[in-house]
Amino acid sequence: MSKTSRALIPLSIFIALAALLFYGLQLNPREVPSPLVNQPAPALTLPSLKDPQQMLTAERLRGKVSLVNVWASWCPSCRQEHAELMRIARENNDVQVIGLNWKDTRPEALEMLQQFGDPYAEIFFDPDNRAGIDWGVYGAPETFIVDAQGVIRHKRIGPINREVWQTEMLPIIEQCRGQ
Amino acid sequence: MKQHYQLAAAALLISLLAIGTAAAYTLENFTFDDPARTAEFRTLIGELRCLVCQNESLAGSQAGVAQDLRKEVYRMMQEGKSRDEIVAFLVARYGDFVLYEPPLKPATYILWFGPFLFVGIGGWLLWRTLQRDKATPEPDLTAAEQARLQQLLTKTGD
Repeated sequence: MSKTSRALIPLSIFIALAALLFYGLQLNPREVPSPLVNQPAPALTLPSLKDPQQMLTAERLRGKVSLVNVWASWCPSCRQEHAELMRIARENNDVQVIGLNWKDTRPEALEMLQQFGDPYAEIFFDPDNRAGIDWGVYGAPETFIVDAQGVIRHKRIGPINREVWQTEMLPIIEQCRGQ
Repeated sequence: MKQHYQLAAAALLISLLAIGTAAAYTLENFTFDDPARTAEFRTLIGELRCLVCQNESLAGSQAGVAQDLRKEVYRMMQEGKSRDEIVAFLVARYGDFVLYEPPLKPATYILWFGPFLFVGIGGWLLWRTLQRDKATPEPDLTAAEQARLQQLLTKTGD
């Protein structure tokens, strides 16, 4: 080995290490990958938000691609993504947007829908974080893509905007449609 | 100067008291008939990570989700579930991330064995360098060099 190439070894190690650390800076430590992706959706037996008498189950998710959106009226990012959810529900007839109202109160949740509109085909009401724990929810908003067979295909942590919908969610929904 | 020390001591005392009450506030309701079980519960929630405030354990976090999970762990322990069953329940929902100590499996080999690997590489490089120094002793001087050395030695002797 010549002297020059030997002298380059520390430099190349340094560059490799710097590249690794720089890559690490791009990762978001808040996004914890979910072990539920590609697993059948967990149990979801809860009353409906709009009709307290009506009990809903995970059967409601079958037969159509579903976006299961975890939201609450106290969550600012949920308000931020609300308009995008309205658009998604309006423009995609073969996708149902299902709400999981999480750690919220019924009057406040209903008031928010009255104020900003209601994109949800159905809303499960989970004030005590019962289904939330089974679904591994640790913040709002979170959105799961569940295919027509009831299998979770993706979990989005954080709000959805147009770009997230186009680049992250739509390709997976296309796959679900193709099944 | 003395006043400053008193002020600092008072501030320290207040913050320690605040920490004490916060811990008592979150954990006082979680007791079992068997004190060993209470101790087991406190150890377990200290080993589980809160996903919201990621540098805190379930025991220390005031986040709503952490409170829910403490209740859930408490409920499962009251049902007589073992530590391993409770950990498996949480890992199935939140992933290995809830564990402060990652499990040993192929994806974490580099994490567990990486440091030993690097120490091994460093040790090998050191050993090799030392061996090479030993293997190549200084060659004997030639006749011409010997004469020059003699000349230099006599010169400095003046």
